[in-house]
This record gives sequence, C-alpha cells and structure tokens, in this order.
Amino acid sequence: MISVKNIFKSFNGFLAVNDLSFDIKPGEVVGFLGPNGAGKSTTMKMLTGFLLPTSGDIYISDLSLKQSALEIKKKIGYLPEGAPAYGDMTPLQFLNFIARIRGYKGAEKAARIEQVVNQVELQEVLDKPIDNLSKGFKRRVGLAQALIHDPEILILDEPTDGLDPNQKHQVRELIKNLSKDKIVIISTHILEEVTAVCNRVMIISKGKLLFDDTPNALNRRSKYYGAVTLHFSYRADVAELGELEGVAEMEEDLETGRVTLFPKPGADILHLVTAHAQRCKLPVDSLYVEQGRLDQVFREITQEVPNE
Amino acid sequence: MSNISILFKREFSSFFATPVAYVFIGIFLVLSGVFTFFVGGFYERGQADLLPFFNFHPWLYLFLVPAIAMRSWSEERKSGTIELLMTLPISTWQAMLAKHLAAWAVLGLSLLLTFPLWLTVNYLGNPDNGIIVAAYLGSWLMAGAFLSIGMCMSALTKNQVVAFILSVVVCFVFVVSGSNIVLDAFKSWAPSMVIDVVASFSFLTHFEAMAKGVIALDDLMYFLLVTTCWLFAGLVVIEQKKAD
Repeated sequence: MISVKNIFKSFNGFLAVNDLSFDIKPGEVVGFLGPNGAGKSTTMKMLTGFLLPTSGDIYISDLSLKQSALEIKKKIGYLPEGAPAYGDMTPLQFLNFIARIRGYKGAEKAARIEQVVNQVELQEVLDKPIDNLSKGFKRRVGLAQALIHDPEILILDEPTDGLDPNQKHQVRELIKNLSKDKIVIISTHILEEVTAVCNRVMIISKGKLLFDDTPNALNRRSKYYGAVTLHFSYRADVAELGELEGVAEMEEDLETGRVTLFPKPGADILHLVTAHAQRCKLPVDSLYVEQGRLDQVFREITQEVPNE
Repeated sequence: MSNISILFKREFSSFFATPVAYVFIGIFLVLSGVFTFFVGGFYERGQADLLPFFNFHPWLYLFLVPAIAMRSWSEERKSGTIELLMTLPISTWQAMLAKHLAAWAVLGLSLLLTFPLWLTVNYLGNPDNGIIVAAYLGSWLMAGAFLSIGMCMSALTKNQVVAFILSVVVCFVFVVSGSNIVLDAFKSWAPSMVIDVVASFSFLTHFEAMAKGVIALDDLMYFLLVTTCWLFAGLVVIEQKKAD
C-alpha cells in the first residue's frame, strides 16, 4: 500500500512535482504516462526514497518514508531510468553484490540469482563485463537486480526503452506474471504498453496528476472509441451512412478512402452500419470498431494544462 | 557492519577490475624509488634509515591520492549508479566509509609493496625497525587524510578532472601551510601564535615527527580528525548533490 499525500518537489525554484496525491493498493499495476520532463521520474525517485519531497508525505505499508527509509527500501525493487549498473562488473558479480546487500547468503543467494537470471534470460552473458553488453541486456540486468529480493513493490522507470519488439514482449509478459498481490509502477512513453500490462493509468504533466483511472476509461475518452471504420473496394455512395440513426458524425478520408462513423454518446451503431451496407450492397472490404486512439487522448490531456 | 564489508569488497575489487589499482601501485613504486634514491640521496647519506623515502610521501600523495579518489563519487553520479546505490537498504555513511576504506586499502597495499626498500636498508645496515614501522603507519594515516579530502571533492562534482584538480589544490594548501615558504610570509608580521596555528594545520608538520618514528597522540588525533571531518563534509555534500 502506497499513500502519497500532497507532495511537492522543486529544484532551484523549478516546480517538478506540484501537489500530487494518490493511493496505490496491492495488485495494481500502475502506468505513469506523461511527456518528457513531466515529473514522472522525479515522482518515482521520491517513492524509492532517493529524493525527499520538498513538502508532503509518503507512506509505504503504513511506514513514513521520512522516518523508516531503510525499512521501506527493503520492500522496493527499483529500476532507475537508463538501467545504470557497475560496468566493470559482470552480471553475475553484480547480482551477487545486490543479493548480498539485500541480505541473502549461501544457497538461498544462489537460488535467488538463478531464478532472476532465468526470469530475464541472462544466461549467455553472465560472465561478460556489463560495459560490453547490448542495451537490451543491460536493461535486463537492471530488471534482474530489481527483482532479486522478490519485492512487494516494483518501480520500473522506462523498463522497455531501447528493447527490440521481442524483448519488449518478454518484459511485458514478465510484469504480467508477477504475483497478483504486488504493487508495480512503470513509467513509459509507449501508450500501447499501458493497455497491455497496466490496470491503472496516471497521466502526469507539468508535475500535476491529470488523469487517474483504468486504461479502458482512457480509451473511452477518445473520440474514436466505438467508432466504426469502413473501407470500400471501389468508390461508393456513402452519404446515407452519415444519416443513419445513432451516427453523430461522419469523417471521410479521401486519401485512403476510409470512412469513419462516430456514434452518438451511448449508441451502438455496428449492427446498423452492417445492416445498411448489406441492404445497399455497398462494396465493403473491411470494417472494424475502433478501440480509441490513445495518442490523441494523450495529446488532448497533456496539452490542456496552461503554462504557468 | 556487514553492509560496509560488502560495499568494501565491491569497491576494492572494482579497483582491480579496471587498471586503476595496477597503474597506481606501479607509478607509486617507481616514483617512491626515484625520490628515495635520486632525489633523497639514499646511498650518499650513508645512514641506515628510510627517512629519504618517507620525506617525499606528502609530495607523492599530493598528486597520486587525488587520482585514486577522484572517481569514487563522480563516477557514481555521472553513470547514474548512485541512484541504484542509494535505493539499496544501506545508509549513505556506510557507502562513504566503505569507499574510503577500499581506496585506503589500495594505498596500504602500495605501501606494503615498498618492502624491498626495507629489505635493502636492513641488508646494508642495522636500522631501527620500530622507527620504520611507525613511519609506515604515519604515512598510511596521512594518506587516509589526503584521501578523505579527495572523496569530498569527488562528491562535489560529476566531472572527475574537476574533482582531481580541486583535491590537488586543497591538499596542496594542507601540505604547504607548514612549509617555510608559507611560514616565512607570516613570520615578518604575524604574532607567533598565528604562525603556530597555520603550521599546526599542516600535514608536513604532523608527518615530520612520524617519519622519524615518533607517534605522538596529537599527531595521531590530528590525522584521524582531519579524515573524519572531510568524510563528514563529503557526506553532507553527497546528500545535497546526489540528484543533480
């Protein structure tokens, strides 16, 4: 359980985090979204105890971060931005060091290391200096380091940045497979990642919390949510589609020939559209229901904050 | 306690995982040899002691110790590993102490590796070995004080070159405040109390007696106190600067 109460953080007069408050319960996988410089990393650094808030309080498992920082640090696994690690060490030495600091010894330590090495598939590079590893492997070393003590709270700052699509998929699967009573907080620029792994989204911009709900609710804010898009194999008369009951608006993209129909709030127009297409024998070669366009919602939300 | 030893091991082995320790030890041995034999006139003096060896230590440390201290915090901050380190369940002072002890151990090792000199002087004559051991101890203590200055300067900046230059300058001030160049400048006008105070801040003044084998409590306390103060200053600095 994480409880953040009215935290502010300023650096030399620049307000990086502006009055954030939220609670996160076990089982929640939270995605932190926001433009660059929005205060995501700063917030994460405060949650890990690396930075102290200028004002406000953070409680983790009912412990105050100010008073019981050491206790709290034991419960948290953290992957800092860019996955820094000691480059002169090999992943095996590095994980050994982290495991020792986390209080593991002997057989238990070996077992923990073996488990995380398998989890993130590091076997082939265990004895190469971290400096010589590819970006993807470095990121995985960072993940292994954060997972080694099976933490209650996992905080990952851009865990899939710089990974290829296969590795991204692998990391997402890893996060999904973590036990269900953990708290996971990830920050990312990749919007699809949020719908893929998170069950809660927070959008932060200019240090303020602008959106806090499920990924589905974020989709629903999109104008495109529930809209029906059609494509025709040759030009057809589509004017009547726009006059169907329940259709609020029609958009025709002349370049691609796609027609998008926006429903009135709460209306389900799919069956009306298919029925009409059949009746008028429209040459439809593809038809699908839009799930909402996250990039557009993201832009709308983050750009509506006025500059102060 | 165990945290410190784990951190110490990591720091110490990182000196040897990179060429830093080897280069340092090599250069230290070569330079101390050069100073002892060519500049100090080890043979020409015709005395069975290691004074020409120890007398040059403050000047040797002046450049070599900042070189080994400069990376300690600068590199952590530059590469971002400080974020990793500080979010582990350890205290900052444990990290500081472990870093200092690890580099100090490397310095101790370099000193130990000068044993051929000790063998030589024992082969050539009958030196008082008690004096030599005391001088070694004094030299190592002084190295610790130099090191703590270097650690503090390294905490100040992300740039290792800046850290090196700053610590050489500060160390230089601490060394020369007891030399005649500085003291002469004061002698013409300042009361003797001021001169004593200035001289008492100097590594040279306190090391002089130790190099001759006299370990007085006040010299001992002086070096321990200087080390503690600079390490504490470094701790304050790193707490302030860690996020920059």
